[in-house]
Amino acid sequence: MSTLTRREFLRLLGAASAAGAMAGCAGMGAGAAREETSKARVVVVGGGFGGATCAKYIRRFDPSIAVTLVEPKQQFVTCPFGNAVIGGLYDMDAITHSYTALRETHGVNVVHDTVTAIDPQAKSVTLNGSKTLGYDRLVLSPGIAFRWDALEGYDAQAAEKVPHAWNGGPQVETLSRQLRDMKDGGTVIIAPPANPFRCPPGPYERASLIAHYLKSNKPKSKILILDAKEKFSKQPLFVQGWEALYPGMIEWVGGTSGGKISRVDADKRAVYSEIGDEHQADVLNVIPAQKANDIVHTAGLTDDSGWCPVNQETFESDIHKDIHVIGDATLAGALPKSGFAASSEAKVCAAAIVTAVNGEEMPDPSYVNTCYSLVAPDYGISVANVYHIRDGKIAAVEGTGGVSPKDADADFRHREAEYARGWYASITQDTWG
Amino acid sequence: MHTLKQAAAVGVLTLALLPTAMAETVSRAAVLSASCAGCHGTDGHSPGSIPSLAGKSAEFIERALKEFRSGDRPATVMDRHASGYTDEEIKLIAGYFADK
Repeated sequence: MSTLTRREFLRLLGAASAAGAMAGCAGMGAGAAREETSKARVVVVGGGFGGATCAKYIRRFDPSIAVTLVEPKQQFVTCPFGNAVIGGLYDMDAITHSYTALRETHGVNVVHDTVTAIDPQAKSVTLNGSKTLGYDRLVLSPGIAFRWDALEGYDAQAAEKVPHAWNGGPQVETLSRQLRDMKDGGTVIIAPPANPFRCPPGPYERASLIAHYLKSNKPKSKILILDAKEKFSKQPLFVQGWEALYPGMIEWVGGTSGGKISRVDADKRAVYSEIGDEHQADVLNVIPAQKANDIVHTAGLTDDSGWCPVNQETFESDIHKDIHVIGDATLAGALPKSGFAASSEAKVCAAAIVTAVNGEEMPDPSYVNTCYSLVAPDYGISVANVYHIRDGKIAAVEGTGGVSPKDADADFRHREAEYARGWYASITQDTWG
Repeated sequence: MHTLKQAAAVGVLTLALLPTAMAETVSRAAVLSASCAGCHGTDGHSPGSIPSLAGKSAEFIERALKEFRSGDRPATVMDRHASGYTDEEIKLIAGYFADK
């Protein structure tokens, strides 16, 4: 399948006309609340699904609150649909988003910089260099960092040769290029980590879309998944799809059956399992264990788990007052570490901050997670749940939600693949549009 | 005169309601409906293949969600979502998008 340009991708999604209509509104009500005249100052750190959504929704709920979003990157490359880029369905432009609408339509003050320190007593953050920003409320949505000490032979330097491709950006391009350069008959090894980690179904969607690419381009090749876990997200649906679409191509090995790897040799592109097996790959994708990103560790906002404990109704830190942590870095009860969950947490957090600033009562929170995976371009599967607070924790509403039915027909899978693309168009518009 | 009196009464009523309506920056309906925006677009304006909700009548949205929940309306994912909401919550969501 040929690669789509961003323009074609947007047209396919039917987004072009919506973008045009939006352009007509640009500037309307956009005026950023001036800091000195605003009701309150909120600083949001991190411009991904969590941070960008929170900044936008605070401004939508109450435009008299001044919101500054600090994000180092000029443009954001999403992890969702990154696997579709690796599989050759789209190019990088299709998953790259700008901050123009946040700035111009929603009046968010977007600052491209890095927060190097947080002072919870003085209520200020320090930007790389020396500038400080004061806040009334701080929202941190910094995402993940990798545990480079967790797997022998796999550190940031090794990841240049053996990409993880688990944080968007150039790593996705490296893995794509390595797959294009691989010979027919090669072996691709994917090594996913133990729970918890960002995007639980992601490694298996990746295996699916790599298989889709190999089936048409390098059909003698194989994919070996060496998993640290005994089971994985949407497993029966993925396995059913693999058997139907890519028979004999994908082999999955669970943790105690030799799947758990204990060492990587990046130069040889080899991995060694805990039980002593050596596996040689032509393309090797190691997805390392994860923790909350460094800034929340520096600020002392994590607990022994390496993630951030919060009040799950407001996302205010259990450790420091007036600091909220959302997205993959936080401990959000039953919600998974997904872009959609981060967006849902961001809206509840925005509501909590806006009602607190205005001295109003916070309505009961409600959360949703909806994650699609493509097993092939015309074969989609999903998991969906509605969540609420039970005994102070985020819990799925009992007896609801779940994964796509196992016995669905080809038409059903096709429609879910269409909805997966519609999901991407909507969630990225709801976040950055 | 009768109609003028009625109009005045309506005016007083509207004024009486205004302070409360304006004071509430975040309603329960807005919090519930924000979840829907992830797939259906901000305020229900979908840019892609997922149906828009904005401007659909409250009656239609309420009926559709209840039919998704009971299984009377064919669905891929909406049955799994709708089953997470009570009648009251469905009514609030339906009202929110009908106003957009």
